[in-house]
Amino acid sequence: MTVALAISGLRKTYGNGAVALKGIDLEVGQGDFFGLLGRNGAGKSTVIGIICSLVNKSAGMVRVFDADIDRDFAQAKSYLGVVPQEFNFSIFETPWQIVCNQAGYYGIGRKQARDRARQYLSQLGLWDKRDHITRELSGGMKRRLMIARALMHQPRLLILDEPTAGVDIEIRRSMWQYLTRINQSGTTIILTTHYLEEAESLCRHVAIIDRGQLVENTSTGALLEKLQQETYILDLAAPLAELPADRPPGWRLKDPATLEVDMPRGSNVNRAFAELARRGIVVRGMRNKTNRLERLFLDMMDQDGP
Amino acid sequence: MNWAGIRTAYATILRKEVHRFMRIWQQTLLPPVMTTSLYFVIFGNLIGPRIGSMDGHRYIDFIVPGLILMSVITNAYANVSSSFFSAKFQRSIEELQVSPTPNSVILLGYVSGGVVRGVLVGLIVAAVSLLFGQLSVHSYPVMASVIVLTAVLFSLGGFLNGVFARTFDDVSIVPNFILTPLTYLGGIFYSIKLLPEFWQVVSHINPILYMINAFRYGFLGITDIRLGVSYALITLFTVGLFAVNLKLLNKGHGIRE
Repeated sequence: MTVALAISGLRKTYGNGAVALKGIDLEVGQGDFFGLLGRNGAGKSTVIGIICSLVNKSAGMVRVFDADIDRDFAQAKSYLGVVPQEFNFSIFETPWQIVCNQAGYYGIGRKQARDRARQYLSQLGLWDKRDHITRELSGGMKRRLMIARALMHQPRLLILDEPTAGVDIEIRRSMWQYLTRINQSGTTIILTTHYLEEAESLCRHVAIIDRGQLVENTSTGALLEKLQQETYILDLAAPLAELPADRPPGWRLKDPATLEVDMPRGSNVNRAFAELARRGIVVRGMRNKTNRLERLFLDMMDQDGP
Repeated sequence: MNWAGIRTAYATILRKEVHRFMRIWQQTLLPPVMTTSLYFVIFGNLIGPRIGSMDGHRYIDFIVPGLILMSVITNAYANVSSSFFSAKFQRSIEELQVSPTPNSVILLGYVSGGVVRGVLVGLIVAAVSLLFGQLSVHSYPVMASVIVLTAVLFSLGGFLNGVFARTFDDVSIVPNFILTPLTYLGGIFYSIKLLPEFWQVVSHINPILYMINAFRYGFLGITDIRLGVSYALITLFTVGLFAVNLKLLNKGHGIRE
């Protein structure tokens, strides 16, 4: 397997003495869609900042494909595309100027830059806004502009630091589809996100950082295997004022028409339906609660304490 | 990045910088024209005739080179300091930081933007001065080389200011409290030969004196300072400031945690 990103012994202590990273070892394979998760201040953005040369590391090694960031920084940078968490473009420039200039910083000639600007601004739904100053764009448009900008030099490794933060669900879904297409075309993607549903839907591998250390690094499927419990959401045929007193553990009434039922993994679902029927509760529909990763993440964080 | 790529990156930064100050020409190109026009009217036409000649030239002809160079100095400096600080403030400097553009090219790009604005403002002020008097040129090579070197030097100064600035106030402190006094005391309005001997010696500490005198030589063929000394000092300061700025960029001072 070709390694797109290799990190070993990565440490960072800030000038004020705060230790952000305590020795991270991580490998991301070429073509992977990799999720880097962790709560606020866990060290995710510091890792990304070091990879992209926005933060100086205190110790350790970072290699992007065949380029070590200490020895061949220019080559490593040319492989990378970055979508940062905060908006970091001039609010007085237009999307057209921003993406064309970004191509220029990577040595891409003006003609090719214009062709790519047309391609990516169109694909990300920004073509009509190409000549508006970015200050006038909505939050979702600004996020998409940063994705277009990061793609201008067609990077082999795309790093996205919470790219869908603050955007509505419709745009978020369309961004997921777009990122999936980018990944399928061969671009390795590393994603940090607070939306664990996003990581569960998109990422093939997931690593979790907590207090500057990697606490988990595995495939999304293997991680979800650790979940000992499944939660089902049941839509009730008739509203229920309150739950029966003799109900089994793990039943929660979310609203008069919706019941959540926890069941151990691999248990017999028919038994649960029998219990419901015995109490005269009729179920109209049923679905699996999707944010399973969120449950697992919270469980892992709870084990470690706040 | 190969040479073609480096040329493209440099041209991109320069284009962006020129576009930035042209977009706000009312703030960048117009004010120096207004200010120097007032100088020409007041010191040249109203007070100048009462002063008489200075070093054998009409007073307005004597002050024109200094006023042109003052515009070049303040505009080259302000362009780079404000542009680089704004890029830091808006974090758009990260666009360059994450790219493979070498730091030396980033520095050259910003400095070139300052030079273009400085020289452009200098040319506009020179054109305006023609409304008030005759502009004779003694040596075109000296005039052109001094204006470019001075613009380079003060663009580098502006870059240093931008690197260290943490607030918008920090960007204006140096021009207001250091650059303007040094420029006014650098012999724009008088020949230092008119000063008592002690103040003549003190004046020689002011680096702007050397530039203004060399520039005035380009126009009028007169100078209080030997031309070679002026060139040597300007070059020395330019090389020194370039090295300091490049080192700060490589360290990521003020832009990398």
